Amino acid sequence: MTRISRWTTYFQITPLAAIFLLFLVVPIATIVVVSFFDYTTTSIIPAFILQNYEELLLSPVTWQTYLQTVEFALITWVLTLLIGFTLAYFLAFHVRSATWQQVLFLVCTIPFWTSNVIRMISWIPFLGRNGLANMTLMKMGLIHQPLEFLLYSNFAVVLVYVHLYTLFMVVPIFNSMMRIDRSLLEASLDAGATGWQTLTNVILPLCKPGIAIGSIFVVTIVMGDFVTVRMMSGGLSASVALMMANAMSLLQYPAAAANAVVLLIVVLMIVVGMMRVVDIRKEL
Amino acid sequence: MKHGRRGPAFWLLAAFFTLFVMFLYGPTLTILVLSFQGPTGGLTFPLVGLSTHWFYNLFETQLVGDIAGALKRSLILGVVVMIVTMVISFSAGLAFRSRFRGSSVLFYLAIASLIVPSILISLGIGLLFRVLGLDPTWYTSAFGAHLTWTLPFGVLIMLAVFNRFDRRYEEAARDLGATPWQTIRHVVIPIVLPSLIGVGLFGFTLSYDEFARSLYTAGTFNTLPLEIYGMTTNITTPVLYALGSVTTGVSFLVIAVALVSLAWVRRRRARHGSDAGKAA
Repeated sequence: MTRISRWTTYFQITPLAAIFLLFLVVPIATIVVVSFFDYTTTSIIPAFILQNYEELLLSPVTWQTYLQTVEFALITWVLTLLIGFTLAYFLAFHVRSATWQQVLFLVCTIPFWTSNVIRMISWIPFLGRNGLANMTLMKMGLIHQPLEFLLYSNFAVVLVYVHLYTLFMVVPIFNSMMRIDRSLLEASLDAGATGWQTLTNVILPLCKPGIAIGSIFVVTIVMGDFVTVRMMSGGLSASVALMMANAMSLLQYPAAAANAVVLLIVVLMIVVGMMRVVDIRKEL
Repeated sequence: MKHGRRGPAFWLLAAFFTLFVMFLYGPTLTILVLSFQGPTGGLTFPLVGLSTHWFYNLFETQLVGDIAGALKRSLILGVVVMIVTMVISFSAGLAFRSRFRGSSVLFYLAIASLIVPSILISLGIGLLFRVLGLDPTWYTSAFGAHLTWTLPFGVLIMLAVFNRFDRRYEEAARDLGATPWQTIRHVVIPIVLPSLIGVGLFGFTLSYDEFARSLYTAGTFNTLPLEIYGMTTNITTPVLYALGSVTTGVSFLVIAVALVSLAWVRRRRARHGSDAGKAA
């Protein structure tokens, strides 16, 4: 490579590097630094103390909240994986025309480009005390009193997670499936495998990278979520990020920062575990 | 699978897919209908008459906060983030084609930017500005925060595109005497244009709808999602749905513009297509 073109490359990459440095690396470093600071009710004091971590990790509330968040993440992961895989499978192997495939794929992805907050609000007329779900069930005579658990409950939280994030599973799994050489399926069927055996022994293993990418998205988003939990549980449930946001609103920045560091470590550990299945750079 | 009649598996899966699409779009359609609720109607069915009362209400009263201002800020921010995302992603895509020091660090930073929870980035930028004694505003800190969300998508899309890019087109242009700039302007950009439109779509919509990354970075003046979130706690009239419909309407408009431009590019290509093999 000539000297000039090397400079061109650095020139081309500098904006990206600058943005990541200023708005990703330095802010995360700030969180780590501030997590060791001391604070009073009105100000934060530069220091190096471990008290924020002690208070966080010795509190049973922290552990309960982490447990609750992990539970949300696990349930959402299982549901989005099952639903997402089924949808992708239908699109990739049962829809025959390429045009229809594209159209239906687009139908699944369009909501990704609309507002999550609005999509949460849209569940209110469905799930409320006098909402569509209760009205329908009462008219059918299945229940005599409105179900209270539909809105503002863990049920509502998980429902909205599935509603918002299933497409994060559909897209990468569909991509993996479209890369599968169709002659492998023919070979499998010719060798006497049933459709189900082909699915579990041929398609599923070849979809691992897609499943891993989708899982990383879904799990990290749910682990770091607080809007859905706050809006859909009506303040009845907690999440780690919600606990952090509460500390922030009390101006306890160092406490929030310590919580953020712990959350970051937990999320990164989960991701590293999942990355073992997939080399992302090869997937592009 | 390619041959024969469609079995029961197909119809079962098709039914499942249809149900999912209803699940996906049903709620949005419901609030669209309910936003035309009559003036005396409530947050749920039944509809008490039909009216556009709540849409007027949305922009008339200052009761519900600064909706018009928030919408304006979000639109401006969305457009700027879109343009910056397109330019930086394209430029980075070109750079990633050659090996340079730090290329894999930058690649993993892009991945990290996707998987680090948004709320942490928001918190970090908010704290950073606080420590530096700067006031966070929607056009500085929130702008940066949004870029950390849109750029990874943009960069990964461009990486995928340039992985499949045939460099012989550029060599041909150079052999014909094109300058580097002319090569990019007349050869590279037209080839990757559809993907660039896609990057733009991500850039605008992800910024326009971003909540968590704006939370501690927007400062005094709210962006639209923050304003809507604030409303959910104290507004209990269908004006909320009217706002939802308007917001979703803007998103759909942008998606439609992107799709139409894609179709336009494709048709143009079909018309001025390759003349390879047609020589006399």
